[in-house]
Amino acid sequence: MVALPLNASEREAEIWRVLEQVKDPEIPVLSVVDLGIVREVKCSDDSVEVAITPTYSGCPAMNMIETNILDMLKSADYPNPKVTTVLSPAWTTDWLSESGREKLRSFGIAPPEKGVPSKRALFADTAPIQCPHCESLRTERVSEFGSTACKALHRCMDCREPFDYFKCI
Amino acid sequence: MTTPTKEALFEYVLRMGDNSLVLGHRLSEWCGHGPELEEDIALTNIALDLIGQARLLLAYAGEIEGKDRSEDDLAYLRDGMDYKNLLIVEQPNQDYSYTIVRQFLYDAFNFELYSRLLESKDQHLASIAAKALKETSYHRRHSAQWIVRLGDGTQMSHEKVQQALDELWMYTGEMFDMDEVDEGMLEAGIGVDLEAIRHHWDEHVNAVLEEATLERPQDAWMMSGGKAGKHSEHLGYILADLQYLQRAYPGAAW
Repeated sequence: MVALPLNASEREAEIWRVLEQVKDPEIPVLSVVDLGIVREVKCSDDSVEVAITPTYSGCPAMNMIETNILDMLKSADYPNPKVTTVLSPAWTTDWLSESGREKLRSFGIAPPEKGVPSKRALFADTAPIQCPHCESLRTERVSEFGSTACKALHRCMDCREPFDYFKCI
Repeated sequence: MTTPTKEALFEYVLRMGDNSLVLGHRLSEWCGHGPELEEDIALTNIALDLIGQARLLLAYAGEIEGKDRSEDDLAYLRDGMDYKNLLIVEQPNQDYSYTIVRQFLYDAFNFELYSRLLESKDQHLASIAAKALKETSYHRRHSAQWIVRLGDGTQMSHEKVQQALDELWMYTGEMFDMDEVDEGMLEAGIGVDLEAIRHHWDEHVNAVLEEATLERPQDAWMMSGGKAGKHSEHLGYILADLQYLQRAYPGAAW
């Protein structure tokens, strides 16, 4: 498929495109790139190294994401792919891409508040969360914890639908 | 500044890892038994965060030790006296009020600890702390809200949570004890001055208890020993449950 040899930055860009096909196993509309967990891509002629950072320390999807990245790179004919984990700087929901936020909303999950310093989001009352179904701002929190580590449970007082909110951290 | 010995650093990180692992295990016992669905999910989510933190810490401890022990080896193949967690985290769940008081007292401590560890000279420990602090802040808010809700709730919820507080108070002193390992780590700019964070812990705890109309118990005789591997009998039961598979079928994997 590759007709001309690519230079390093073209190769890198191509790897980022491949990574866009690797989805979060829990939220299959988001790619690992949308999530902002891919921190670095390094490649040479005979190897590819992808550095990822966990969303939560105990996120059980991380191992699967790592395996999926390796599988995807292998199937795209990259030799010797490697995935490393970096912890610092710690992941924040501000790293979710703009398109990722849109995808979350259309999937029925309210995206996290944006640009809120994490400490304020953690301690103070936050702005009302908009219902991803009917866009009403009349919503309330049912529980600070939800079906996965990254989500909280809310409900809409207008359309009466419960919905997940991607926690702001 | 001094350079700590490898053994002391291992011990320091191991203690933190053990705290997270043992409390994470305790909370996981609530899975399917929570007082309401949302709390069932909350407690198991917190358990998951703690076990995630334990994995990071124990993996790092194994690396420091340099004897080729993985996070799993450290979790599954050590006996009780080699566990160095605080006594408070191994106390049984009992009822929900007891569980949430234990969580409240520990979250408040853990929050102060991780906040200070951000400045640790040990880069890896500082990055684990940065990750864990976000999670711990969330836990701390959750447990404090429940203390207020139960304390300032019905007569029965108030009595239960006050009783749990009275019973668990004697395990809070150990959190702030500085032994040789802690002193050495503080000296090296890696560890935290536990006596200095006590004041911040007090502030948070007092404010929440006041709002919850609960009475802060008098400081009296404090139980300690966990950091030195002297545990209450409860730890043995946890390990029997936690380690059964690897002890009965060494090396089992899936």
